[in-house]
Amino acid sequence: MANQHPSTSRGAGPSTPHGTDAHVAHHPKLQHHFYTMAQQLEASILGMWVFLVTEIMFFGGLFMAYLVYRTEYPQAFIAGSHLLNVKLGAANTVVLICSSLTMALAVRSAQVGSRRGQIVNILLTMAFGTTFLVVKYFEYAEKFEMHHVPGLHPFDGTPQMQIYFSLYFCLTGLHAAHMIIGLGIMTYLLIMAWRGKFSPAYYTPVEVGGLYWHFVDIVWIFLFPLLYLIGRSSA
Amino acid sequence: MSTDHPVGSIKMYLAVFFALLTFTAITVAVSFLDLGFMNTTVALAIAVTKGTLVVLFFMGVRHNTPLIKIVAISGFLWLLILFTLGMSDYLSRSWQLW
Repeated sequence: MANQHPSTSRGAGPSTPHGTDAHVAHHPKLQHHFYTMAQQLEASILGMWVFLVTEIMFFGGLFMAYLVYRTEYPQAFIAGSHLLNVKLGAANTVVLICSSLTMALAVRSAQVGSRRGQIVNILLTMAFGTTFLVVKYFEYAEKFEMHHVPGLHPFDGTPQMQIYFSLYFCLTGLHAAHMIIGLGIMTYLLIMAWRGKFSPAYYTPVEVGGLYWHFVDIVWIFLFPLLYLIGRSSA
Repeated sequence: MSTDHPVGSIKMYLAVFFALLTFTAITVAVSFLDLGFMNTTVALAIAVTKGTLVVLFFMGVRHNTPLIKIVAISGFLWLLILFTLGMSDYLSRSWQLW
Protein backbone atom coordinates (compact mmCIF):
# COMPACT_ATOMS: atom_id res chain seq x y z
CA MET A 1 0.00 0.00 0.00
CA ALA A 2 2.80 2.35 0.84
CA ASN A 3 4.07 2.73 -2.70
CA GLN A 4 0.56 3.51 -3.96
CA HIS A 5 0.55 6.76 -2.03
CA PRO A 6 1.27 9.75 -4.22
CA SER A 7 4.63 11.02 -3.14
CA THR A 8 4.54 14.75 -2.90
CA SER A 9 7.35 16.97 -1.81
CA ARG A 10 5.00 18.60 0.66
CA GLY A 11 3.95 15.38 2.30
CA ALA A 12 7.37 13.81 2.72
CA GLY A 13 6.95 13.66 6.46
CA PRO A 14 6.96 10.09 7.80
CA SER A 15 8.81 7.45 5.78
CA THR A 16 5.77 5.17 5.86
CA PRO A 17 2.27 6.53 5.48
CA HIS A 18 0.32 5.97 8.66
CA GLY A 19 -2.39 4.18 6.70
CA THR A 20 -0.20 1.09 6.26
CA ASP A 21 0.01 0.49 9.96
CA ALA A 22 -3.12 1.10 11.96
CA HIS A 23 -1.13 0.99 15.17
CA VAL A 24 1.12 3.92 14.40
CA ALA A 25 0.07 6.77 16.67
CA HIS A 26 -1.34 9.76 14.80
CA HIS A 27 -3.72 12.60 15.43
CA PRO A 28 -7.32 11.29 15.49
CA LYS A 29 -8.34 14.04 13.06
CA LEU A 30 -5.71 13.01 10.49
CA GLN A 31 -7.52 11.28 7.65
CA HIS A 32 -5.86 8.29 6.05
CA HIS A 33 -5.18 9.81 2.66
CA PHE A 34 -2.90 12.48 4.15
CA TYR A 35 0.64 12.09 5.44
CA THR A 36 0.66 14.91 7.97
CA MET A 37 -1.71 17.34 9.68
CA ALA A 38 0.06 20.20 7.88
CA GLN A 39 -0.58 18.59 4.50
CA GLN A 40 -4.23 18.02 5.45
CA LEU A 41 -4.60 21.67 6.46
CA GLU A 42 -2.99 22.84 3.19
CA ALA A 43 -5.45 20.69 1.22
CA SER A 44 -8.41 22.20 3.10
CA ILE A 45 -7.16 25.76 2.55
CA LEU A 46 -6.64 25.01 -1.15
CA GLY A 47 -10.17 23.61 -1.40
CA MET A 48 -11.61 26.69 0.30
CA TRP A 49 -9.72 28.98 -2.07
CA VAL A 50 -11.08 27.09 -5.08
CA PHE A 51 -14.57 27.70 -3.67
CA LEU A 52 -13.74 31.37 -3.05
CA VAL A 53 -12.63 31.70 -6.70
CA THR A 54 -16.11 30.53 -7.75
CA GLU A 55 -17.51 33.10 -5.30
CA ILE A 56 -15.42 35.83 -6.93
CA MET A 57 -16.99 34.94 -10.27
CA PHE A 58 -20.46 34.73 -8.64
CA PHE A 59 -20.19 38.33 -7.44
CA GLY A 60 -18.16 39.15 -10.58
CA GLY A 61 -21.21 38.82 -12.81
CA LEU A 62 -23.03 41.48 -10.79
CA PHE A 63 -19.95 43.73 -10.73
CA MET A 64 -19.79 43.34 -14.53
CA ALA A 65 -23.44 44.42 -14.80
CA TYR A 66 -22.64 47.37 -12.52
CA LEU A 67 -19.72 48.36 -14.77
CA VAL A 68 -21.83 48.19 -17.94
CA TYR A 69 -24.75 50.21 -16.56
CA ARG A 70 -22.62 52.76 -14.73
CA THR A 71 -20.77 53.42 -18.02
CA GLU A 72 -24.13 53.73 -19.78
CA TYR A 73 -25.92 55.91 -17.18
CA PRO A 74 -23.29 57.72 -15.07
CA GLN A 75 -25.67 60.52 -14.00
CA ALA A 76 -28.35 58.09 -12.76
CA PHE A 77 -25.74 56.26 -10.70
CA ILE A 78 -24.57 59.53 -9.13
CA ALA A 79 -28.18 60.52 -8.38
CA GLY A 80 -28.91 57.10 -6.89
CA SER A 81 -25.71 57.08 -4.85
CA HIS A 82 -26.64 60.45 -3.31
CA LEU A 83 -29.76 58.82 -1.88
CA LEU A 84 -27.68 56.40 0.19
CA ASN A 85 -26.49 57.26 3.68
CA VAL A 86 -22.66 57.56 3.61
CA LYS A 87 -22.45 57.60 7.41
CA LEU A 88 -24.27 54.29 7.75
CA GLY A 89 -22.23 52.78 4.90
CA ALA A 90 -18.95 53.94 6.43
CA ALA A 91 -20.03 52.74 9.89
CA ASN A 92 -20.82 49.33 8.45
CA THR A 93 -17.41 49.24 6.74
CA VAL A 94 -15.77 49.87 10.11
CA VAL A 95 -17.97 47.20 11.73
CA LEU A 96 -16.93 44.62 9.12
CA ILE A 97 -13.23 45.50 9.46
CA CYS A 98 -13.62 44.99 13.23
CA SER A 99 -15.24 41.61 12.58
CA SER A 100 -12.34 40.62 10.31
CA LEU A 101 -9.87 41.52 13.08
CA THR A 102 -11.72 39.41 15.65
CA MET A 103 -12.00 36.57 13.10
CA ALA A 104 -8.23 36.65 12.53
CA LEU A 105 -7.72 36.69 16.31
CA ALA A 106 -10.08 33.70 16.67
CA VAL A 107 -7.89 31.70 14.26
CA ARG A 108 -4.83 32.86 16.18
CA SER A 109 -6.43 31.76 19.47
CA ALA A 110 -6.97 28.29 17.99
CA GLN A 111 -3.34 28.21 16.82
CA VAL A 112 -2.07 28.95 20.33
CA GLY A 113 -4.65 26.66 21.95
CA SER A 114 -6.70 29.28 23.79
CA ARG A 115 -10.27 28.00 24.12
CA ARG A 116 -11.38 31.22 25.83
CA GLY A 117 -9.78 33.33 23.08
CA GLN A 118 -11.64 31.37 20.41
CA ILE A 119 -15.01 31.72 22.17
CA VAL A 120 -14.60 35.44 22.89
CA ASN A 121 -13.39 36.30 19.39
CA ILE A 122 -16.01 34.19 17.60
CA LEU A 123 -18.73 35.81 19.75
CA LEU A 124 -17.35 39.27 18.92
CA THR A 125 -17.27 38.38 15.21
CA MET A 126 -20.92 37.31 15.44
CA ALA A 127 -21.82 40.50 17.28
CA PHE A 128 -20.17 42.67 14.61
CA GLY A 129 -21.79 40.61 11.84
CA THR A 130 -25.21 41.00 13.45
CA THR A 131 -24.64 44.76 13.90
CA PHE A 132 -23.89 45.01 10.19
CA LEU A 133 -27.14 43.23 9.27
CA VAL A 134 -29.21 45.36 11.67
CA VAL A 135 -27.81 48.56 10.12
CA LYS A 136 -28.49 47.08 6.66
CA TYR A 137 -32.08 46.37 7.73
CA PHE A 138 -32.64 50.01 8.66
CA GLU A 139 -31.09 51.13 5.37
CA TYR A 140 -33.40 48.82 3.41
CA ALA A 141 -36.42 49.98 5.45
CA GLU A 142 -35.60 53.58 4.60
CA LYS A 143 -35.44 52.68 0.90
CA PHE A 144 -38.98 51.29 1.11
CA GLU A 145 -40.24 54.39 2.96
CA MET A 146 -38.61 56.78 0.47
CA HIS A 147 -39.94 54.83 -2.57
CA HIS A 148 -36.46 53.98 -3.83
CA VAL A 149 -37.21 50.30 -4.39
CA PRO A 150 -37.08 49.35 -8.09
CA GLY A 151 -40.20 47.70 -9.48
CA LEU A 152 -42.52 49.10 -6.80
CA HIS A 153 -44.98 51.88 -7.53
CA PRO A 154 -44.51 54.70 -7.02
CA PHE A 155 -40.76 54.90 -7.60
CA ASP A 156 -39.24 58.27 -6.79
CA GLY A 157 -36.70 58.70 -9.60
CA THR A 158 -35.88 58.03 -13.23
CA PRO A 159 -36.08 54.58 -14.89
CA GLN A 160 -32.26 54.62 -15.07
CA MET A 161 -32.13 55.12 -11.29
CA GLN A 162 -34.20 51.95 -10.99
CA ILE A 163 -31.28 50.13 -12.65
CA TYR A 164 -28.91 51.60 -10.06
CA PHE A 165 -31.17 50.50 -7.20
CA SER A 166 -31.68 47.06 -8.77
CA LEU A 167 -27.91 46.59 -8.68
CA TYR A 168 -27.77 48.08 -5.17
CA PHE A 169 -30.29 45.56 -3.85
CA CYS A 170 -28.80 42.60 -5.78
CA LEU A 171 -25.21 43.32 -4.71
CA THR A 172 -25.92 44.20 -1.07
CA GLY A 173 -28.61 41.48 -0.86
CA LEU A 174 -26.24 38.78 -2.11
CA HIS A 175 -23.62 40.13 0.28
CA ALA A 176 -26.08 40.11 3.20
CA ALA A 177 -27.05 36.51 2.33
CA HIS A 178 -23.37 35.62 2.62
CA MET A 179 -23.23 37.37 5.99
CA ILE A 180 -26.20 35.32 7.24
CA ILE A 181 -24.53 32.09 6.05
CA GLY A 182 -21.33 33.32 7.72
CA LEU A 183 -23.22 33.74 11.01
CA GLY A 184 -24.39 30.14 10.66
CA ILE A 185 -20.78 29.00 10.18
CA MET A 186 -19.75 31.08 13.21
CA THR A 187 -22.47 29.40 15.30
CA TYR A 188 -21.05 25.99 14.33
CA LEU A 189 -17.49 27.13 15.11
CA LEU A 190 -18.65 28.55 18.45
CA ILE A 191 -20.20 25.22 19.49
CA MET A 192 -17.08 23.30 18.40
CA ALA A 193 -14.80 25.78 20.20
CA TRP A 194 -17.00 25.59 23.31
CA ARG A 195 -16.58 21.81 23.31
CA GLY A 196 -12.82 22.26 23.00
CA LYS A 197 -12.62 20.52 19.61
CA PHE A 198 -9.81 22.71 18.29
CA SER A 199 -6.14 22.59 19.19
CA PRO A 200 -2.86 23.93 17.75
CA ALA A 201 -2.63 20.58 15.89
CA TYR A 202 -6.16 20.75 14.47
CA TYR A 203 -8.01 24.01 13.82
CA THR A 204 -8.91 23.55 10.12
CA PRO A 205 -12.62 24.54 10.46
CA VAL A 206 -11.71 27.85 12.17
CA GLU A 207 -9.08 28.60 9.51
CA VAL A 208 -11.40 27.76 6.60
CA GLY A 209 -14.42 29.51 8.15
CA GLY A 210 -12.19 32.54 8.66
CA LEU A 211 -11.23 32.57 4.97
CA TYR A 212 -14.93 32.71 4.07
CA TRP A 213 -15.61 35.54 6.54
CA HIS A 214 -12.66 37.62 5.26
CA PHE A 215 -13.82 37.09 1.68
CA VAL A 216 -17.25 38.53 2.51
CA ASP A 217 -15.47 41.49 4.13
CA ILE A 218 -13.46 42.06 0.92
CA VAL A 219 -16.67 42.12 -1.16
CA TRP A 220 -18.01 44.90 1.06
CA ILE A 221 -14.69 46.80 0.83
CA PHE A 222 -15.45 47.11 -2.91
CA LEU A 223 -19.22 47.61 -2.59
CA PHE A 224 -18.91 50.57 -0.22
CA PRO A 225 -17.03 52.98 -2.56
CA LEU A 226 -18.80 51.69 -5.69
CA LEU A 227 -22.33 52.15 -4.29
CA TYR A 228 -22.08 54.90 -1.66
CA LEU A 229 -19.27 57.21 -2.79
CA ILE A 230 -20.05 58.00 -6.45
CA GLY A 231 -19.94 61.67 -7.42
CA ARG A 232 -20.08 62.90 -3.84
CA SER A 233 -18.01 65.98 -4.72
CA SER A 234 -20.78 67.24 -7.00
CA ALA A 235 -23.40 67.15 -4.25
CA MET B 1 5.67 21.44 8.48
CA SER B 2 4.10 23.51 11.21
CA THR B 3 6.48 26.32 10.24
CA ASP B 4 4.23 26.79 7.20
CA HIS B 5 1.70 28.47 9.48
CA PRO B 6 3.55 30.64 11.94
CA VAL B 7 1.32 32.32 14.51
CA GLY B 8 0.95 36.00 13.63
CA SER B 9 1.57 38.50 16.40
CA ILE B 10 -1.38 40.45 17.83
CA LYS B 11 0.59 43.62 17.10
CA MET B 12 0.67 42.71 13.39
CA TYR B 13 -3.10 42.06 13.28
CA LEU B 14 -3.75 45.39 15.02
CA ALA B 15 -1.44 47.22 12.60
CA VAL B 16 -3.36 45.79 9.61
CA PHE B 17 -6.65 46.65 11.36
CA PHE B 18 -5.66 50.31 11.85
CA ALA B 19 -4.32 50.50 8.29
CA LEU B 20 -7.74 49.30 7.04
CA LEU B 21 -9.54 51.90 9.19
CA THR B 22 -7.21 54.64 7.94
CA PHE B 23 -7.81 53.70 4.30
CA THR B 24 -11.58 53.71 4.96
CA ALA B 25 -11.33 57.26 6.34
CA ILE B 26 -9.19 58.33 3.38
CA THR B 27 -11.57 56.86 0.80
CA VAL B 28 -14.56 58.68 2.37
CA ALA B 29 -12.65 61.97 2.62
CA VAL B 30 -11.30 61.79 -0.94
CA SER B 31 -14.75 61.06 -2.37
CA PHE B 32 -15.88 64.56 -1.34
CA LEU B 33 -13.02 66.20 -3.30
CA ASP B 34 -13.59 66.93 -6.97
CA LEU B 35 -10.88 64.99 -8.80
CA GLY B 36 -12.89 64.44 -11.98
CA PHE B 37 -12.55 60.91 -13.35
CA MET B 38 -9.72 60.31 -10.85
CA ASN B 39 -12.32 59.95 -8.04
CA THR B 40 -13.23 56.45 -9.19
CA THR B 41 -9.60 55.54 -9.85
CA VAL B 42 -8.52 56.59 -6.35
CA ALA B 43 -11.51 54.83 -4.73
CA LEU B 44 -10.70 51.59 -6.57
CA ALA B 45 -6.97 51.86 -5.84
CA ILE B 46 -7.73 52.19 -2.12
CA ALA B 47 -10.23 49.30 -2.26
CA VAL B 48 -7.65 47.09 -4.00
CA THR B 49 -5.04 48.03 -1.38
CA LYS B 50 -7.46 47.19 1.45
CA GLY B 51 -8.44 43.91 -0.19
CA THR B 52 -4.78 42.98 -0.67
CA LEU B 53 -4.06 43.67 3.02
CA VAL B 54 -6.93 41.39 4.05
CA VAL B 55 -5.83 38.61 1.66
CA LEU B 56 -2.15 38.74 2.62
CA PHE B 57 -2.42 39.23 6.39
CA PHE B 58 -5.89 38.31 7.70
CA MET B 59 -6.28 35.37 5.30
CA GLY B 60 -2.59 34.57 5.69
CA VAL B 61 -1.95 33.93 2.00
CA ARG B 62 1.61 35.25 2.35
CA HIS B 63 2.42 32.08 4.36
CA ASN B 64 0.56 29.70 2.04
CA THR B 65 2.10 27.42 -0.58
CA PRO B 66 2.70 28.66 -4.15
CA LEU B 67 -0.21 26.49 -5.33
CA ILE B 68 -2.70 28.30 -3.06
CA LYS B 69 -1.24 31.67 -4.08
CA ILE B 70 -1.75 30.84 -7.76
CA VAL B 71 -5.35 29.73 -7.15
CA ALA B 72 -6.07 32.94 -5.20
CA ILE B 73 -4.50 35.15 -7.88
CA SER B 74 -6.29 33.24 -10.66
CA GLY B 75 -9.66 34.24 -9.20
CA PHE B 76 -8.89 37.94 -9.51
CA LEU B 77 -7.17 37.42 -12.88
CA TRP B 78 -10.27 35.78 -14.34
CA LEU B 79 -12.39 38.60 -12.93
CA LEU B 80 -10.18 41.05 -14.85
CA ILE B 81 -10.62 38.96 -18.02
CA LEU B 82 -14.41 39.17 -17.51
CA PHE B 83 -14.26 42.98 -17.15
CA THR B 84 -11.81 43.48 -20.03
CA LEU B 85 -13.62 41.33 -22.58
CA GLY B 86 -17.03 42.49 -21.33
CA MET B 87 -16.20 46.16 -21.61
CA SER B 88 -14.34 45.77 -24.92
CA ASP B 89 -17.70 44.57 -26.24
CA TYR B 90 -19.95 47.21 -24.69
CA LEU B 91 -17.60 50.16 -25.28
CA SER B 92 -17.11 49.32 -28.96
CA ARG B 93 -20.80 48.78 -29.82
CA SER B 94 -21.59 52.42 -30.63
CA TRP B 95 -18.45 53.10 -32.68
CA GLN B 96 -20.47 53.32 -35.89
CA LEU B 97 -22.45 56.20 -34.39
CA TRP B 98 -19.39 58.35 -33.66
